[in-house]
Amino acid sequence: MFALLENTHYQRGISIAARTVLWAFLLLGVFLTIFPFLWGGLLATHSRTSMFSSAFVLSFSDQLFVNYEELLRIMPFWLGMFNSFKVALIGTAVSLFCCSLVGYGLAVYKFRGRTTLFTIMVCSMMMPPILTLIPYYMIVSTLGLRDTHLAVWLPFVINPIGIFLMRQYTVASVPKDLLEAARLDGASAFRTFWSIALPLLRPGLATLAIVQFVFLWNNFLQPLVILTSTEQMVITQLLRRVQGIPNTPWGAVMLGTTVSILPLIAIYMVASKQMISGLTSGAVK
Amino acid sequence: MTQKTELTGTVPEAPLTVPSPVQQEDSRLKAFFQKGTPYWFVSPYIIIFGVFGIFPIFFMIFLSFHTWNPVAGLASMRFVGWENYTLSLTDPTLWHTLWNTVVIALLSGLSQHLVALPMAYLLVSLGHRARHWLTTAYFLPYVTSTVAVSMIFYIMYAPESGIINRALVTLANGQITGFLFGWINDLMPIRWLQENSLIRYSISFVVFWKYVGFNIVIYAAGLTTINKELYEAAKIDGASSWQRFRFVALPLLKPFIFFAVTLTIIGNMNLFDEPYVLTRGLQQAATNGMTISNYLYRIGWEWLDMGGAAAVSWILFVVIGIFTGIYFWLFGREGLGGND
Repeated sequence: MFALLENTHYQRGISIAARTVLWAFLLLGVFLTIFPFLWGGLLATHSRTSMFSSAFVLSFSDQLFVNYEELLRIMPFWLGMFNSFKVALIGTAVSLFCCSLVGYGLAVYKFRGRTTLFTIMVCSMMMPPILTLIPYYMIVSTLGLRDTHLAVWLPFVINPIGIFLMRQYTVASVPKDLLEAARLDGASAFRTFWSIALPLLRPGLATLAIVQFVFLWNNFLQPLVILTSTEQMVITQLLRRVQGIPNTPWGAVMLGTTVSILPLIAIYMVASKQMISGLTSGAVK
Repeated sequence: MTQKTELTGTVPEAPLTVPSPVQQEDSRLKAFFQKGTPYWFVSPYIIIFGVFGIFPIFFMIFLSFHTWNPVAGLASMRFVGWENYTLSLTDPTLWHTLWNTVVIALLSGLSQHLVALPMAYLLVSLGHRARHWLTTAYFLPYVTSTVAVSMIFYIMYAPESGIINRALVTLANGQITGFLFGWINDLMPIRWLQENSLIRYSISFVVFWKYVGFNIVIYAAGLTTINKELYEAAKIDGASSWQRFRFVALPLLKPFIFFAVTLTIIGNMNLFDEPYVLTRGLQQAATNGMTISNYLYRIGWEWLDMGGAAAVSWILFVVIGIFTGIYFWLFGREGLGGND
């Protein structure tokens, strides 16, 4: 028995078997993760009848263009995509400005109330978003911003995680001497921030942009309560709504769903590393 | 000190700005601005958080003692005292939806972490390239929209034509697998999203699927911070692979586990999107599929009872507070103590 265990061939055999099992397991995980996306794309080419027929379909069908026309009939698809883009882009741009401004201010200046501000930010991260949903709705109504895109992105431009991230980057990559030099040259505080610090914060801004864009693109709850007219609705809302149509044309819906995911998948293909580190930056730091 | 002299040394080389008389007159104003400068920088946060963060909290306290139909305008607000709370606390649906939330949170949360930890451990043991590609794949669901993936799962769960049931039927009727899985035929069609007894599991799986990759990434990042020499030392001392995981990796991962679990608790207690889509906008199997956030939405925006919804959100807030409090009390010291 011991001789068998010490036999190197036998040990190598075990290790190869273990590695095969390990890889089979890991690749099964990949398959289960990716499958729903592929399946959604596949169903986008099927008609309602072929989808519900008893024959087991695992191949593409030829109904893509029919589904596309159907999709445009049941919802203003491209308008929804445009609205989502608009909300995500403007929201991201403004939040880059706000978060870097506040983060820079917290990093560079010492002032009364700074610690309090920090504490408030940490606490606000713990606050469940649903708690402020009703007053949010009320404030938006009072300001006359109901059914506007501004109301959807405005509350999120001061993401505390983003502010901490920018503060961290300012401390790490903006030398104090440089700021002092700019001040002595007579640059105003804002000018110093805008032309000296901001360019140095670029990597941090890129990370933050990814986090904000992904969040705003995928956001559902706030648009659901704020946007009421079809022309203003974002894509997540429009997709959810067609569940209510009798005899839902699922092929068309799957086409819309797949296309709505594509922008983020495209960004993910190019910048997966940045996206992963950005979206987990609050946790890993 | 040396820094300062160096800096003043550079001043003559810099272009001098000659102060104009107007600027000199404004010097008092300027002094104010200089003193106030930091506040200008943080003002966006103060303003927006004040409007969308601080004010809402106080308004919520106020509102929870009133009835208010938002469609009828602010004038329709009427003071009712504790009525909203007593009505909510005696509302069986509230307790039922709270129970649903806790069950879904536990099912999806526990499975996420129990799968993510060993997966991350396996990933870290692989080469750099393999790890990168696998992580990229596992993380993908986290990036995509909850509504979109829930829509796809909605189709996959369909009783007659959904891929999940079809795969199960194939498994049950297969020549080899039929022997083991033949009993599935008796259950067909499994109504994953229509049956009240199944909906919680179906929702939990989607939540698990979406967030397990996020936890894998966090744990993998945590594991890479562990010094390799510790494993080597344990190996030399004769520790098995499992023992190295259990007694070397796991204790050092504690702060990461603590943080990831905190995020899961908060996220899962607020679960809204997945159950909302999978119950078809709370239209089917909503008895067991509706979470407390969904119920709050229903009270506020479908029944237009904002005061009642405000009371429910405070109850939810207290419940989340109790859960995180218990969790911090049980594990907080260990979880945070592992930091140093």
